[in-house]
Amino acid sequence: MTDARTIVPRRRPKWGQRLVILIPALWLAVFFVVPCLIVLKISLSQTVIAQPPYTPLLDLSAGWQGVQDFVSGLSFESYKLLGSDAIYLKSYLRSLVIAGFSTLLLLLIGYPIAYGIARAPRRAQPVLVMAVFLPFLTAFLIRIYAWVNILQREGLLNDALIALGIIKAPLVWLATDTAVIIGIVYSYLPFMVLPLYASLEKMDETLLEAAADLGCPHWKAFWLVTVPLSASGAAAGALLCFIPIAGEFVIPDLLGGSNAMMIGQTLWTEFFQNKDWPAASAVAIALLVILLVPILVYQHLQLRDLQDDSGAG
Amino acid sequence: MRRGLSNFNIVSIALGLAFLYLPISILVIYSFNASRLVTVWGGWSTRWYVALLHDSAMLEAAWNSLRIATLSATCATILGTLAAVALVRAGRFRGRTAFAGMIYAPLVMPEVITGLSLLLLFVAINADRGFWTVVIAHTTVTASFVTVVVQSRLVSFDRSLEEAAMDLGCPPLKTFLTVTLPLIFPAVAAGWMLAFTLSFDDLVIASFATGPGATTLPMRIYSEVRLGVKPQINAICTIMIVVVAIGVVGAALFAKRSELRAAGEAKTES
Repeated sequence: MTDARTIVPRRRPKWGQRLVILIPALWLAVFFVVPCLIVLKISLSQTVIAQPPYTPLLDLSAGWQGVQDFVSGLSFESYKLLGSDAIYLKSYLRSLVIAGFSTLLLLLIGYPIAYGIARAPRRAQPVLVMAVFLPFLTAFLIRIYAWVNILQREGLLNDALIALGIIKAPLVWLATDTAVIIGIVYSYLPFMVLPLYASLEKMDETLLEAAADLGCPHWKAFWLVTVPLSASGAAAGALLCFIPIAGEFVIPDLLGGSNAMMIGQTLWTEFFQNKDWPAASAVAIALLVILLVPILVYQHLQLRDLQDDSGAG
Repeated sequence: MRRGLSNFNIVSIALGLAFLYLPISILVIYSFNASRLVTVWGGWSTRWYVALLHDSAMLEAAWNSLRIATLSATCATILGTLAAVALVRAGRFRGRTAFAGMIYAPLVMPEVITGLSLLLLFVAINADRGFWTVVIAHTTVTASFVTVVVQSRLVSFDRSLEEAAMDLGCPPLKTFLTVTLPLIFPAVAAGWMLAFTLSFDDLVIASFATGPGATTLPMRIYSEVRLGVKPQINAICTIMIVVVAIGVVGAALFAKRSELRAAGEAKTES
């Protein structure tokens, strides 16, 4: 921070500039980093029947004795529980499979939409982007609730399918994996389309003209030029969807069945119903470890974007 | 990108938008359904809106959510804008990568983890859980979204205006307030709106961070929905959609007007 040249040319860093960095950094340290550390600590404490229901945190007022108590009090019981009960492993696997499958579907559905918007007339593009983004602003819970109306047994989907003569008797949609995946794809579609559109829109059209001039057929140029150039947008969109979907609670809770849970539901149940805070914390930490690689890749992509933009400006 | 739409492009956009808007439209239409059975159409009626007016628990939850969303969006906009300025304008300061990592992490962190961790913090420091803890939790999560929106605007605008002001002896704070802020204002406003909606909409984090007496609207709706589909819920959802739609269209018109005004000023100057 003391290197003045890199901050503003010919100016020494002032207090104001430091504050600009320090205020958000402090806020996030206190309300984001410290809480994560507390989760880690509580995942290592023992469950007790009390309020709060775990053995105490680091007690610094007790001095060295407090530190010793802290170290000797660490317990891996909650993690052993995660390994020993198949229900946890099953919900982790289920979350990853559902998140992976929905992300793939989102890519397949989102790509043609983003591609279409990027090819639309320049004046129409902001309107189309807004149209894709607008449902995102109208309350997530409502949009899931709308699907409950449609997918229930006497719902509109069954009515429509029967009226069209496709099925004879109503099918069960609600409380199935299909319903969960429909809900996820519906809710996360804007997060897939917008990064894809951003990368497609930046593309240099002369590359496609060059390919056409050299006799490359249209579909081949799309496959060899457009798709690779939009790969970073696809990666950003996929991660922006995959990571939160893996921890999703509301969608599987409202649209899914009660027999198999995703990990977000398991954590919720441990915490709100079983009141086992150390177990809930261990579930959270294990989920975080599983998602660490995708989160770091996403961070890397974001930082690279920021660097590119700053470099150009 | 080469422009010109093929039929395939038009069909994919149309299908995509239909998929996004059909469920919402159905919800709005059925909120005017006279029948008590949600799936049977019994003619047009506004009886569920009247019923809503007498549902005091729902109204109180809505009032809580409105206050929480306004406060937390305002705090998040200040924090998020500062963070965006730090990321884009402060150059390569020490710890920048860690700083950026900390800013982007809440964007993808699963809500259950953020909610649980904040609750454990509030318990550890013995804070009274309720209205203010939800405001703090929402501020923390939504500030990152504001940063992303404001940052994209900051990187795209002409830096020489700021440099000119500073070269003429304008102090940095005054430069920020009189030159930078007006230029990035549309993005700051958009960031505020995004933060407001995210907060107004949040169930998971609020459920963890709240305490007795501070039930938010999504929490209230969630507990009703779990008991089954009710026509009043369609009505309150329609009201929320209308409020958001008015806000978005208003913001778009406002942005358009300030853009036109800026263009007009540029013309008179040249």
